[in-house]
Amino acid sequence: MSATVRIPTILRTYTDGAAEVTVDGATLGDVISDLDSRYGGIAPRVLDDQGQLRRFVNVYVDDDDVRFLEGLATPVRDGASISIIPAVAGG
Amino acid sequence: MSVATEAPSVGAARALKCRECSTLFPLDASFACSECFGPLEVDYDLSVITREQIESGPASMWRYEALLPVAPGAATRPGLNPGLSRLVPAYNLARALGARAVWVKDDSGNPTHSFKDRVVGVALENARRLGFEVLSCASTGNLANAVAAAAARAGIDSVVFTPSNLEAGKLVTTAVYGGTLVAVQGSYDDVNRLCTEVAAQHPWGFVNVNLRPYYAEGSKTVGFEIAEQLGWRLPDAIVAPVASGSLLTKVDKAFREFIDHGLVDRRAYRVFGAQATGCSPVSHAFREGHDVVRPVKPDTIAKSLAIGNPADGPYALDVVRRTGGAIADVSDAEIVDGIRLLASTEGIFAETAGGVVVATYRALLAQGLIDPDEEVVLLNTGDGLKTLDAVAPVCPPTLTVTPGFDAFEAAYAELRP
Repeated sequence: MSATVRIPTILRTYTDGAAEVTVDGATLGDVISDLDSRYGGIAPRVLDDQGQLRRFVNVYVDDDDVRFLEGLATPVRDGASISIIPAVAGG
Repeated sequence: MSVATEAPSVGAARALKCRECSTLFPLDASFACSECFGPLEVDYDLSVITREQIESGPASMWRYEALLPVAPGAATRPGLNPGLSRLVPAYNLARALGARAVWVKDDSGNPTHSFKDRVVGVALENARRLGFEVLSCASTGNLANAVAAAAARAGIDSVVFTPSNLEAGKLVTTAVYGGTLVAVQGSYDDVNRLCTEVAAQHPWGFVNVNLRPYYAEGSKTVGFEIAEQLGWRLPDAIVAPVASGSLLTKVDKAFREFIDHGLVDRRAYRVFGAQATGCSPVSHAFREGHDVVRPVKPDTIAKSLAIGNPADGPYALDVVRRTGGAIADVSDAEIVDGIRLLASTEGIFAETAGGVVVATYRALLAQGLIDPDEEVVLLNTGDGLKTLDAVAPVCPPTLTVTPGFDAFEAAYAELRP
C-alpha cells in the first residue's frame, strides 16, 4: 500500500525540502514507521515518548482528522493522501 | 553617518519560545516548534515600565506597546489604532442578576467592531517587519473584517479565508474593504487546516498561522485596559468567551505581567470561560477533568466561537484551573436571551459571543460557581449588528400600525391596557 504524505515546513529538513513524499503502510502507525525508516528522526518529532501522536500534531488521512477515526490504527488505503499539520493555528 | 545593519526592532521581544519544551527560535514567521510541534510564544527582555509612561501614551492599545512585540511608535504607522474600548459599569445587569458589581468590557467599539482589531494590529506590525506584502487569515468572520480593513489602511493586499456559511453581516463587512475573500465550503476547522497548508506554500503573512505568536500577544491589551480602567487594579473575576482559547489565556497573561511590573497589587483573581453548548470541547474537557481537548464538529448560532479543534484549549484549561475558575456552556436559546438581557439592561448590543458570555455568567451564578458578591468583568468581543439573524426572529417591531393617530392609540391601548 503506498500513500503520499504532505510534510509540514518544520519537518522538511528531514525530507531534503520535499513537501510531499511517498511511503508504504496499511495503517497510519505503519506509515509513520516507514516514514522514519526513509527519513530518520522524523517519527520522534510526530510521536511522544509513549509512541502516541503529540498533542499539537494534527494528522489527516484523506481529509479526515484521525482523532475522529482510529488514531494511529486508522487504515490507509492504497493511494491515500495524508497530511501532517501543526495543530496550533487559528482562533 | 552610520549604516543600519540591524534587523527592524521588535521592541523588547528577544525570541520565540516553545511553550512545551522551551526551545528558542528567532523572531521569524514561524508558529510551531520543530522539536515537538508545540506553540511558539514571544519571549521578552522587559525593562521597568511605569503607570505614568502608559498614561502618557496614545489613546489606543499602543499605550502598552512596550509590553508587545512591536517597535516603538506603532501608533504613528498606518493601521487601525484599535483599543481603549469602554469599560461599562453594568448596574442594571447586576441588579437583574442579583450580583453586586458587574462591568462589561465592550470591544464592539473597535474600528471593525470586534476585539480582533487588536491582534491584527500586532500582526500587521510584524508582517511589515518581516516584509510580507499580503496579509491573510483563517477566520470565523470578525478576524476577516479586521485583516481586510487593516490591510486596506496599510496599503497592502489581503487574502482572507472564511467558512462560506457565515452571517451576511460578516461576509459583506469583509468584502467591502476590497481584498480577496475566499469563502470555503467547510467548517472553520477545515478553513484553518487549508490555511496552514496555504501558508506553507505562499509567502503570505497569515496573522493567525505563521504570525500567530505575535498576533496572540495583542489580546493582552484587553487585560491591560481592564486593569487600568478599574483604576490600576484587578477584578475578582473575568468571564471570557472561548473559541481557540487564546483570548482567555492572554488576558490572564496580561494580569500576571501587570503584577510582575508592579503596575497593580498582587492579588488572587479567577478566570472563567464561556462556550456555546453546540461547540463546547473545552467546557467538556473541564467538566470531565481532562487536560486535553477532544475536537468536536460545531453546531451553534455562535459562529464566531465555532472552533471545534481549539488550538489553545489545553492552556485555557490550565489558566482556569490555576485561578480557581470554571468553563461552562450555554444553549443557543440561552445565548439569545443573554444578548437581549445585555441589550435591555445596558444598551449594549453584543454579537452572539457576547450573548454566550452573559448567559454563561448567569449560569455560573445559578450553579454557585461564581459568588454574586464577586466583582466580575464580562468580555463582549463583538457587535450584534454582525449577527442580526440570531435575534431577528425574537425581535420584531412591537406594533405595526397605519399612519393615523387613532390607529396608533387603539393599538397602543391594546398593548398597554
